[in-house]
Amino acid sequence: MDFTLSEEQALFRDSVERTVADLFPFARRQAAVATEEGYREDDWRRLAGLGCMAAPFPEACGGLGGGPEELMLIAERFGRHLANLPFLASVVLGGHAVLFGGTEAQREAILPGVADGSVKLALAHGERRARFDLAPVSTVARAEDGGYVVSGRKDVVLYGRAADRLVVSARLPDGRDGGGGTGLLLVPGDAEGVGRSSYATHDGGRACNVLLDDVRVGTDALLGAGGDALDVLERVIDHGIAFLCADAAGSMWRVYETTLEYLKTRSQFGRTLGSFQALQHRMVDVYTSCELARSMVFEATLNLGADAATRSRAASAAKAAIGEAARGVCEEGVQLHGGVGMTMDVPVGHHLKRAMVMNATFGDARHHLARYARLGRAA
Amino acid sequence: MDIGYDDDLERFRAHVGSVIRDILPDDLRDKVRREHAGLTPSDMRRWTRILHDRGGWSVPGWPAEHGGPGWSYERQYVFERELALNEAPPLNVFSAGMVGPALIEFGARDQKRRFLPGLANGDILLCQGYSEPNAGSDLASLQCRADRDGDDYVVNGVKMWTSDAPHADWMFGLFRTDSSGKKQHGITLLLIDMASPGLTMAPIRTFEGGDELNQTYFDDVRVPAANRIGEEHKGWGIGKYILGMERFGSAEVGRSMGMMRRLKRIAAAEPAAGGRLIDDPHFALELARAEIALREVELTERRMLFGPGGPDAMGFEASLLKVRGTEVQQKIMGLMVEALGSCGAIDAGDMRPGGDNAEPLGPDAAAHAGRVFYNLRKSTIWGGSTEVQKNIIAKAVLGL
Repeated sequence: MDFTLSEEQALFRDSVERTVADLFPFARRQAAVATEEGYREDDWRRLAGLGCMAAPFPEACGGLGGGPEELMLIAERFGRHLANLPFLASVVLGGHAVLFGGTEAQREAILPGVADGSVKLALAHGERRARFDLAPVSTVARAEDGGYVVSGRKDVVLYGRAADRLVVSARLPDGRDGGGGTGLLLVPGDAEGVGRSSYATHDGGRACNVLLDDVRVGTDALLGAGGDALDVLERVIDHGIAFLCADAAGSMWRVYETTLEYLKTRSQFGRTLGSFQALQHRMVDVYTSCELARSMVFEATLNLGADAATRSRAASAAKAAIGEAARGVCEEGVQLHGGVGMTMDVPVGHHLKRAMVMNATFGDARHHLARYARLGRAA
Repeated sequence: MDIGYDDDLERFRAHVGSVIRDILPDDLRDKVRREHAGLTPSDMRRWTRILHDRGGWSVPGWPAEHGGPGWSYERQYVFERELALNEAPPLNVFSAGMVGPALIEFGARDQKRRFLPGLANGDILLCQGYSEPNAGSDLASLQCRADRDGDDYVVNGVKMWTSDAPHADWMFGLFRTDSSGKKQHGITLLLIDMASPGLTMAPIRTFEGGDELNQTYFDDVRVPAANRIGEEHKGWGIGKYILGMERFGSAEVGRSMGMMRRLKRIAAAEPAAGGRLIDDPHFALELARAEIALREVELTERRMLFGPGGPDAMGFEASLLKVRGTEVQQKIMGLMVEALGSCGAIDAGDMRPGGDNAEPLGPDAAAHAGRVFYNLRKSTIWGGSTEVQKNIIAKAVLGL
């Protein structure tokens, strides 16, 4: 049992904190959210310069040789300062799809660009009909002229329009019935036949629906040796879940701190709000939720290298617990701020939006409780 | 970082686990499986003796000079967890975790010699004399008097909620020796022989039918001053030290983990909608929720025990473990009653003395689940109620 960051990790966390705090003071953050892609390219480059995008990748792929723990440290800072960037989309989802699903040659060709921030990826997997399940993919890749022709539609692809390349999941052909399993294909964002309609999410992030209309790619677009990529997807999404959980925990702690500060300074009836026992006990519940969430971030993050069943069960436990806790803490934060909590210019409501988006991404608490139960029965 | 055991600790776990399975008498294991129903003070005495004879395992944190194995915090943690997961009774917490360490820290040499061996081997059973009719959550307002008379104190008054008083050999209690100053001042910690003349007790029946609780009356009970721990009037600090030793244990995470395993066994055996209850999606969701809530407390406890600085660096943050741990335990016990369906209504204890379900009226668990469920309502009340814990956290941690 070791709950202490290494010296390098502590230094890394501190430098990320300084930079993210510098880039995302609330007013500046709001201005970034209002730009076309919802973030500033300059901010992206500064974090790349710090090594954030390179942190989780092996050195052979242009990375710094870190992993889940470094991603956790980054995510907590992002959540704390409500930083909106295509980081989850490109580094965690797209980058790890290539890392886990690609051949060595593909990894070494693609990841250095992701790691230095010059290339952005997005994972185009989710389809409305599948809801949160990973398995049913209706997008199809037909074999044609020594390559693939991809057709289908992907929904709520995070930062899909900012991406240079999309990692698209599709049913692969085989000789007879077109049921060759799910494959992951790299599709240039500007390939002919790719339509991307971008929109904002509640938290000011960006996503898009991707329409793939007979998009032609070469055989080398297929990640890995082909065959079923569902295991890779599950592993990638579990990394995404751990990242979102750490982000949410960072956000919760910030809400706790600012709400506590508000209770200590705001006076009504001739006394500070924090002197009322009814509010004290609610605030203790908020604090408790934050501590428990911190533990579950470790549960998700530090099990990412375990066997698939352990990893997924830990990810689902954390997603269910933190999903509900983050929403609960942020709702309390709004309530305890009183009318001020309803205003646009105070961050607490924006933290609630982030929690709602977190719950809508990769499965809500209900979904993950069921997945957790299912995995427990299989064990 | 690592949330699990390293190789060394894992080897230790495997070793103590297999020893526990070897030395645990079947009848004690069966009582633990019945959620401790029927586990008596003499069972605890016997179990303490068995552990003690194994090399001081009854007092895992005590140093070798006082008969313990002197295990590190990590090993103590692993050992206590293994006790629970192997369905063994817990350690005697008053002896091993509270009064023993206080005697080692504050006791006179003679007191250590007199009491420590008996606490370690089970010859001495303790009861706690803290609460009074008018001093519950507000413990410092206790009034039970100990007046100095030569080499003795003369004790008069009443103590409340004394668990297992008729079986105890000694009481450790807080008594009022001075009422002139602040209420925390003038409290003295005494060890009182339960066979002392003038000491009487009456059981308090709890609503599930139990009689472990008592009211203890003192009528000119003479207590030698040599039985005082620490200085006169300064017992409050030691009393709080003793309670502080238990701020981790009172979450009962290990016991709840054992309960969760048994709950799953029950749910796998109970029929539901043509299949098994554990496969019922609604029940499975509730079960998952409770299991995850327990995991949250387990990991938070680990983090607080073994984070930077270790348990000694942890303050009242740890109180949240008691708050959440007891809530989760009550939730699990509630699910156990619900899992029994209509048989969850059976009060086997009322129909059969001892409630042993000798001629099964329903599933085995029906013989005890209801009573234990009611009994465990106490856990959010005693040892500092949930509301008092929240007051403490608000003040000490949040600064409100």
